[in-house]
Amino acid sequence: MLTIEMILMTVAAAVVLSVLGIAFGLLLLGIDRRVSARMQARIGPPLSQPYIDLKKLLSKENIIPENAVASIFNAAPIIALASSLIVLLYLPIGSMMPVLGGYGDLILVMYLLAVPALAMVAGGFASGSPYATIGAQREMVSMIAYELPLASIVIAVAWLLYSSGITDPFALSSVVANPVWTMVGPLGMVGLFVLLLTFAWVSPAELSKIPFDTPEAETELAGGILVEYSGKNLGLFTVAQGVKTLVMGGLAVAIFFPWNISPLLGLTSYAAMAVDAIFFFLKVIILMILSVTVIRTGLARFRITHVVTLFWVYLGLAGLFGLSLVILDSVLMGGF
Amino acid sequence: MSLSPSFKRSLWVFHFNAGSCNGCDIEIVATITPRYDPERFGVRLVGSPKHADVLLVTGPVTKKMAPRLRRVYEQMPSPKVVICIGTCGQSGGVFYDSYNLDGPVDDVIPVDVYVPGCAPRPEAIIYGVVTALTKLERLAGGEE
Repeated sequence: MLTIEMILMTVAAAVVLSVLGIAFGLLLLGIDRRVSARMQARIGPPLSQPYIDLKKLLSKENIIPENAVASIFNAAPIIALASSLIVLLYLPIGSMMPVLGGYGDLILVMYLLAVPALAMVAGGFASGSPYATIGAQREMVSMIAYELPLASIVIAVAWLLYSSGITDPFALSSVVANPVWTMVGPLGMVGLFVLLLTFAWVSPAELSKIPFDTPEAETELAGGILVEYSGKNLGLFTVAQGVKTLVMGGLAVAIFFPWNISPLLGLTSYAAMAVDAIFFFLKVIILMILSVTVIRTGLARFRITHVVTLFWVYLGLAGLFGLSLVILDSVLMGGF
Repeated sequence: MSLSPSFKRSLWVFHFNAGSCNGCDIEIVATITPRYDPERFGVRLVGSPKHADVLLVTGPVTKKMAPRLRRVYEQMPSPKVVICIGTCGQSGGVFYDSYNLDGPVDDVIPVDVYVPGCAPRPEAIIYGVVTALTKLERLAGGEE
């Protein structure tokens, strides 16, 4: 039964987690810029640069173009930020179970991940600029492109849990409680590794980072979707970007690296939660550097046609290959 | 006009070519290379005037570019500064008596800082941006 205290607890946890998520998401952006600068033999901005940028953007004039649809144009950044924060509430942080865990599963997380991008598309179309319109169309195309590999990863994980007889295979709490690597033989190991690499390529596309930043393409689209945004609205989009980075890292941790450090240290209760949360953030930082920063510094941008080919043909095949290896493995192991 | 202290640690720059010979533009690109690394001070080159705090104008303003320069200037959210890069923007340079000029730059939009040179070195451009910062601070302090 839902009691008042439970609702209050959930709301309080949600507020705390949102504030933490925003702060840590911006820090992730700062780490990303710093590491990228070091890779190019530069000193790079301080880690606090995204906070400084945000403060500046909030103090600047907020221009709404004359031919924009003002209501959608202003709502888009808020929806983008709100939906990325909601995904965060569905993710387990270390040993702390998801705040809204009882109300949704992996499938819901997959759909929620599409909402910030959809909000950006709506904002782009509403800004009434040809650059933003092209950017929004490109964003839609790349969204359609990267859903297939992402879906094959989710299906593989759910299949694995289902074939081992776990009752709620799509719930994130059961994904975390049963690390996928422990449930497969050598063949499935290879399959999961292929899926992990696929996920590492889906993350930069989900975050619109180079080489998949075709919707924002600074050189030919002048910022694409974001071209008409300034001041407060642009700042909100920056925050949403940070939270989304955290969410993608958190999802990768939950699916592929769900181990906690507190059992090793023999901690319990709140101390364990704190230590695990710190360990979780460290894992997110490492994954983010490997799958976003290194790729974006080392590669140039793909054309939009190349993005589609890459995701539908190569990564789509890789995802299905990994999925079939996992299924084959569980059949051979006699689990089904 | 209010100015937050974070402003000077996060200047986003938009580059506008108003009929330049490309000499100054190449120097601006040289300024953002890893050798000078202005990103360590939060300076970033952005693609849209809506995102920008600083407008870098190069070249004498040709008749075709004058209305565009005015529109780009009006699209920038305030507070904003304009920096004129190169001799052409100050006096017309070698094109001073051309039939096709609407410039120099300060005949078209208000300019805050001039960086002379044909073309100015990257060090000069960085110095110009720093000077623009002090001007912004004075504006914030209520001086004119």
